Amino acid sequence: MKGRIHSFETFGAADGPGVRFMVFLSGCPLRCAYCHNPDTWARPPAFEMEASEVLARALRYRSYWRSEGGITVSGGEPLLQLDFLIDLFTRAKAQGVSTCIDTSAAPFTREGEWFVKFERLMESTDLLLLDIKAFDPGLHKALTGKDNANILDCARYLSDIGKPVWIRHVFVPDLARLLGSDRVELESDGVVPQSAPQKTQSAPNKTLGDPNKTLTDPNPTLNDSNSVANFAKSLKNVKRVDVLPYHVFGVEKWKALGLPYRLAAAEPPSKEATDRIRALFT
Amino acid sequence: MKYAEWEGFVGGRWEKEINVSEFIRLNYKPYDGDASFLADATPATDKLWGRLQELQKAERAKGGVLDMDVDIVSDIDSHEPGYLDKDLEKIVGLQTDKPLKRAFMPYGGIKMAEEALTTYGYTPNPKLHEIFTRYHKTHNQGVYDAYTPEMRAARKNKIITGLPDTYGRGRIVGDYRRIALYGIDRLIEAKNADMAHCGLGSMPEDVCRLREEVADQIKALRKMKVMAASYGFDISKPARDAREAVQWLYFGYLAAIKTQNGAAMSIGRISTFLDVYMERDLASGKITETDAQELIDHLVLHLRMVKFARIPDYNQLFSGDPVWATLSIGGLGCDGRSMVTKNCFRLLHTLETMGPSPEPNMTVLYSHRLPEPFKEYAAKVSIATSSVQYENDCVMRRVWGDDYAICCCVSATQVGKEMQFFGARANLAKCLLYAINGGMDEKTHVQVAPEFPRIMTDVLDYDEVMKRYDNMMDWLAGLYVHTLNLIHYMHDKYYYEAAEMALIDTNVRRTFATGIAGFSHAVDSLSAIKYAKVQVVRDESGLAVDYKITGDFPRYGNDDDRADDIAEWLLTEFLSKIKGHHTYRNAEPTTSILTITSNVVYGKATGAMPDGRPAGEPLSPGANPSYGAERNGLLASLNSVAKLPYEYALDGISNTQTIHPSALGNNDAERVKNLVSVMDGYFDRGAHHLNVNVFGTDKLIDCMNHPDKPEYANFTIRVSGYAVKFIDLTREQQMDVIKRTCHEHL
Repeated sequence: MKGRIHSFETFGAADGPGVRFMVFLSGCPLRCAYCHNPDTWARPPAFEMEASEVLARALRYRSYWRSEGGITVSGGEPLLQLDFLIDLFTRAKAQGVSTCIDTSAAPFTREGEWFVKFERLMESTDLLLLDIKAFDPGLHKALTGKDNANILDCARYLSDIGKPVWIRHVFVPDLARLLGSDRVELESDGVVPQSAPQKTQSAPNKTLGDPNKTLTDPNPTLNDSNSVANFAKSLKNVKRVDVLPYHVFGVEKWKALGLPYRLAAAEPPSKEATDRIRALFT
Repeated sequence: MKYAEWEGFVGGRWEKEINVSEFIRLNYKPYDGDASFLADATPATDKLWGRLQELQKAERAKGGVLDMDVDIVSDIDSHEPGYLDKDLEKIVGLQTDKPLKRAFMPYGGIKMAEEALTTYGYTPNPKLHEIFTRYHKTHNQGVYDAYTPEMRAARKNKIITGLPDTYGRGRIVGDYRRIALYGIDRLIEAKNADMAHCGLGSMPEDVCRLREEVADQIKALRKMKVMAASYGFDISKPARDAREAVQWLYFGYLAAIKTQNGAAMSIGRISTFLDVYMERDLASGKITETDAQELIDHLVLHLRMVKFARIPDYNQLFSGDPVWATLSIGGLGCDGRSMVTKNCFRLLHTLETMGPSPEPNMTVLYSHRLPEPFKEYAAKVSIATSSVQYENDCVMRRVWGDDYAICCCVSATQVGKEMQFFGARANLAKCLLYAINGGMDEKTHVQVAPEFPRIMTDVLDYDEVMKRYDNMMDWLAGLYVHTLNLIHYMHDKYYYEAAEMALIDTNVRRTFATGIAGFSHAVDSLSAIKYAKVQVVRDESGLAVDYKITGDFPRYGNDDDRADDIAEWLLTEFLSKIKGHHTYRNAEPTTSILTITSNVVYGKATGAMPDGRPAGEPLSPGANPSYGAERNGLLASLNSVAKLPYEYALDGISNTQTIHPSALGNNDAERVKNLVSVMDGYFDRGAHHLNVNVFGTDKLIDCMNHPDKPEYANFTIRVSGYAVKFIDLTREQQMDVIKRTCHEHL
């Protein structure tokens, strides 16, 4: 089975346990405002490659993995390519290689053939890094272009079957307000807006979720992180939570792609602010 | 004979003969624990280090040199004792009578010694000038008297570069531990016995020379006693305790750096040897852990003070005033036991007690079988200070046994058994251009090599290029070896290393250390010619000066066998050509793929390459892949370098990698574990060397723009084979470092 692949990174040290061979797949249904790999959104992949060949390539780095490391498939959105993942991970497990998926769970559904395949995939998957970007559906939609009901449902499903997950949550100070003025409606498939409205710093956060609620809420971003934390605590399979402070490394990629960057005014949080968010999860 | 000073040591052959490695093997205690036993710096250490930092600041303010000696020709016993603070120093001894005052060392070349003085505003002593020009010849003059026109041209056009004809060859590591274990008198006795057996029955030239050399060695040993006595110590007998052991050993090293200004002046493999003394004193209650750390701190403090007077040309090659006081730490014994002791921790801990520093050049002899807590501690110190390099003990032990040390930046040598004829590098990138241009230099238009046929086609044909390259490398290898033969003949004659050689066996094994520069560019160029289309751009005289590349081609540094096979071929082919020639004193030829900051200077003199590297751009350093060539991340790059067989580059294969902290893991504990994983994986693949830097380019840029910020005073980075304070690099070199690949997390 061939995968639609964006690129490889031989040294992944921040995406799963230990040192990992990263496979970035092409295509993503979300359009997150802070995405640091917007070059993986589009469906036309950089190249296609057989799962067996991808595994052979990964195994060249086995000496660096020791007991913990292995393969992490990221993207883009890996769960858009279930057949490829099943092929790759079945082969990897036969060789005793640790397997991990870095996902937003956006394609998740409990229906039809997709779910059957997903259940099969979970048999050869050791760990999922599950991004929960926002709890509030309005904020989630403003941030990613999509609703999050099925994402939260995926988290519950994984909890029910006891599949280990690491919850990841990107913390952007003042995210709700920054998104409030220039929310862009996106549909799922590969359409990137050619011009988005220019952001203005002073606009009120009126389009976020329930307008009345946000007006009375002095810190909707913090509150939403708190909701994510409470949700994470309700799950039984969470092995670890990574609160990832927003960084600007991806901005250049947006520029290179000619895409407007909606979070131009966002700043990386201080260590103290990040620690406050981390504390919510403990 | 047994000495009372050996009380408590396990005896063996080492009592009857000079055999330090057996002494270590029988007496050391491996330490498998963690770093929690370490003690903090004492107030005395804090004060001394504070004082030294002030002096270093003053030195930088004065343009890089604090003080210079004009009137005394440096010798083992030439100077009055000098101190940083006599009352506080547990270990003493300076190169001159004052800290950071640079000695006058004319034997390598009176011209350079005087140029070093005038560069910094000092006036050479006319009397000494007369002596060393009229009555006593120096090394550099001897070399230039004998050079052939072809050697001069090759040197001037920088196809052979960095030759030790204007500076001391260095790289000879005396077994300084011998003084601590045996005392000088016993060592003189052993040398006298050698002398008595040297040349019985016949007296050919080599025996005459050896007898004279051994006589000089014995004189040097006697002078060491005089020097030590001036500091109030009698080193004729073995050291009685840990403090004396450190002090005796350091006096041996001090004798070396008072008489030789070699490009690398390593102190060797001392940590586990000294640990035996530390353990004995700790057990008897003579010292505490705090005392033990203080002794090591004060030794290292003195190694941080080693300085030589250099000329601007030298500083361009080896930037940041390095001396390569390389310290080798860790490793495994041939009996399978770890040689890591508490003292290995203490030496690394100096980077914490006194903060980061380029010297001494801390080198961990690495194996995945080293105790895990030690690997993690080394990684932790590395991440915090970027001041540690790693070398593969498993590949080196096979060749050099378990008592070798790193003698320069990365090359191994058996301690007390071996010496090296250091030979700088042949520029194999430029050699490829000579192959295309029939031996005419692409920059100067001088016919440097014999007039071979030029390549006349518009598009380069791989087979034709390989044939011409083969011929040109034959010529270069021959000329290179002949040039080195001549240089080392003169160095032995006029600048013999009596102090170091006095601490090495008389029947010494010699290696002949050639080297390669421009490695990745030669490899990528051949790959481009083979896999893409390379058109030649010629100037009006028909000389190829640029190349147009159409299509993609595999580059060295991506774990792509198509390019990496070319790399392996180039190394093995070059060494086989070197081996075809007679070497001075029948030294064993080796080669290396390591350049220091000299990659910038070498690059300036090298024209555009068929791999797309523009004329004058820095060459990539050592065995590093070319800038921007690495497209698959750190491990793919490491795999490419690891494919180069160490057996064909026994002089070393250096690789420098810079990793952004965020790319190494999400928190400190993960970063440590991941760095250990990287090194386990890399060295298990048979790689030789890794310099580890952990910081982002953002920090480098800020440091370049704000060098006066206090946090950058000691900001140290690893560069091909050594460490350097970033603020001590030229702006050009700073830019070069910034441009090099930094593996960042995406």
